[in-house]
Amino acid sequence: MKNNKHNFSETKTVRTVNDLDPKFLKQMQKKSRKKEGLAITIVLSIISVVYVLPVLAVLVNSFKNNTYVKTDTFALPFSKEMWAGFNNFVTGMTFGNYPFLNSVLNSLIITLLSTFLIVMCTSMAAWYIARVNSIFCKIIYYLCVFSMVVPFQMVMYTLSKTADTLKLNTPWTIPIVYLGFGAGLAIFMFVGFVKSIPIEIEEAAAIDGCGPVRTFFIIVFPMLRPTMISVGILEIMWIWNDYLLPYLVLDINEYRTLPIHIQYLKGSYGTVDLGASMALILMSIIPIIIFYLACQKYIIKGVAAGAVKG
Amino acid sequence: MAIAKTAPQQKAKSPKKKKIRAFTGGAGYTLRGPLRKWSPLFLFPVTAAFIIGFVWPFIQGIYLSFCKFQIISDAKFIGFDNYIRAFKDQSFMRSFWYTSLFAIVSLVLINVLAFAVALALTQNIKGSSIFRTVFFMPNLIGGIVLGYLWSMIFDGVLSHFGTSILQNSTWGFWGLIILMCWQQIGYMMIIYIAGLNAIPEDLFEAAKIDGATKLQTLFNVTIPNVMPSVTICVFLSLTNGFKLFDQNLALTAGQPILMQGGVPIKQTEMLALNIYNTFYNNKSAFAHGTAQAKAVIFFILVAVIGLVQLAYTRKKEVQQ
Repeated sequence: MKNNKHNFSETKTVRTVNDLDPKFLKQMQKKSRKKEGLAITIVLSIISVVYVLPVLAVLVNSFKNNTYVKTDTFALPFSKEMWAGFNNFVTGMTFGNYPFLNSVLNSLIITLLSTFLIVMCTSMAAWYIARVNSIFCKIIYYLCVFSMVVPFQMVMYTLSKTADTLKLNTPWTIPIVYLGFGAGLAIFMFVGFVKSIPIEIEEAAAIDGCGPVRTFFIIVFPMLRPTMISVGILEIMWIWNDYLLPYLVLDINEYRTLPIHIQYLKGSYGTVDLGASMALILMSIIPIIIFYLACQKYIIKGVAAGAVKG
Repeated sequence: MAIAKTAPQQKAKSPKKKKIRAFTGGAGYTLRGPLRKWSPLFLFPVTAAFIIGFVWPFIQGIYLSFCKFQIISDAKFIGFDNYIRAFKDQSFMRSFWYTSLFAIVSLVLINVLAFAVALALTQNIKGSSIFRTVFFMPNLIGGIVLGYLWSMIFDGVLSHFGTSILQNSTWGFWGLIILMCWQQIGYMMIIYIAGLNAIPEDLFEAAKIDGATKLQTLFNVTIPNVMPSVTICVFLSLTNGFKLFDQNLALTAGQPILMQGGVPIKQTEMLALNIYNTFYNNKSAFAHGTAQAKAVIFFILVAVIGLVQLAYTRKKEVQQ
């Protein structure tokens, strides 16, 4: 407050605002903000500790014996009766009559394959739509925009039946369903970006004798990179965590993804081994947190881009 | 008169327009012809998948909402009966009000808290990137895992009071609110930070020189300038609230069940879950048709929110 006032009187003595030395002004602001900044930092630190607590609770409970998870959720498992060591992780591996690693593998296959397919196919289609711009292209484009507001429950029954008839019910074929249902946002973002690319570059390539396919892969493709990363991140986050679509489309007895596996633990067993479930949850969170810490910059950028456009 | 006057001008302009069009795609684009020959490569995969994954199921879904059916092949057209049945269904109406209440409460809480955090993080404090990382982290965790994780925590607390989140619908409601806040604040915060960083620094300096207090600056400079972000976040959290499924299923799955008017009603069941349960956990002969009708109503509801958002943002863009 004191600094504030001081700052104010300073500005008064100067004739016009333009005469103020910007460096000096910034310095004054910094001083006044320092104390405030400290208070904010402390408050935020407390909140962020609270924020991390649920994940820490999972970590702690995954080392506890089953019976103590519910009664002593917030106790540290260092007493002899409570400590379960890595037993929970061992039981977790084959828990619920389905090998845990299989569900990880399925999730991985589906996520990577679908994301690759979506990024490749929709970027090509978006370039075609933006450049050819025929009536058919416009219809596809507006249908894609429209599909973004349609909730999954609207099509879930018919989509799962269609996918069943077309034998799209394995991890290797379900990416086609994802490409179809997830095309909307991707096409929308890519078309928006392609329109901002100056057309002269492609025309120059065409004059030099470059065909459409080479023009796309050599010239347009590299320019699309930032949008590709954004789209890829958004699709990965959606597909890795998606529960209902794979649950309805996949042949559940043979193929489960991580979310399906975890929901099964809770849904179909009378007495659940809570310790083992916690170990499973921890094992399913760890890969995504590593992914997050590794590509944090892109994730946050991608989310901001997707939100502003969607 | 006015039209007649402007017409020749337009005619004069049209050749120029054509030239411009050549540079933005369409008829004059050099690659257009050759590109069209390659449409099987560029356009076909997405179009085919889009028809399988969206267009066909959507059309079939609308048609089936007017039918009585157990499997698709024995669908019999019965008109609007399914819709009448859906609106008469007490559980559906309850889940509608419950969802609306949830959407509004979570909308307010998430946005106020996310804005406050974003505001704090843009004050040039140390370690703001670490805080941002922490607050955004829950977004990466999926709804099912989130629900399971939080049910463990809530039950850990509530078991000391001899109750559980499945036994009390008040706990169920607020539990879901806490869960959603935990998950969504980070997401909205990112959007608000982007909006706050886009405000030119001069505006704050000008306010300071004019002697505005902090509160005045907040309400008269900061908030009006982040309105585009506010619109996005408000609609995002509103649609998220209405479409919520995974978290609802994993946290309470609609429990507890109480008898209301002679029918068992799941107290914490939201719209999406209600539709799901009507489809897959209801043995009545009309269940599938009713569920599809509910799904269409649900779609219209969400689409209207989306369209209002679109119109609203468009209007805002014009004003700027």
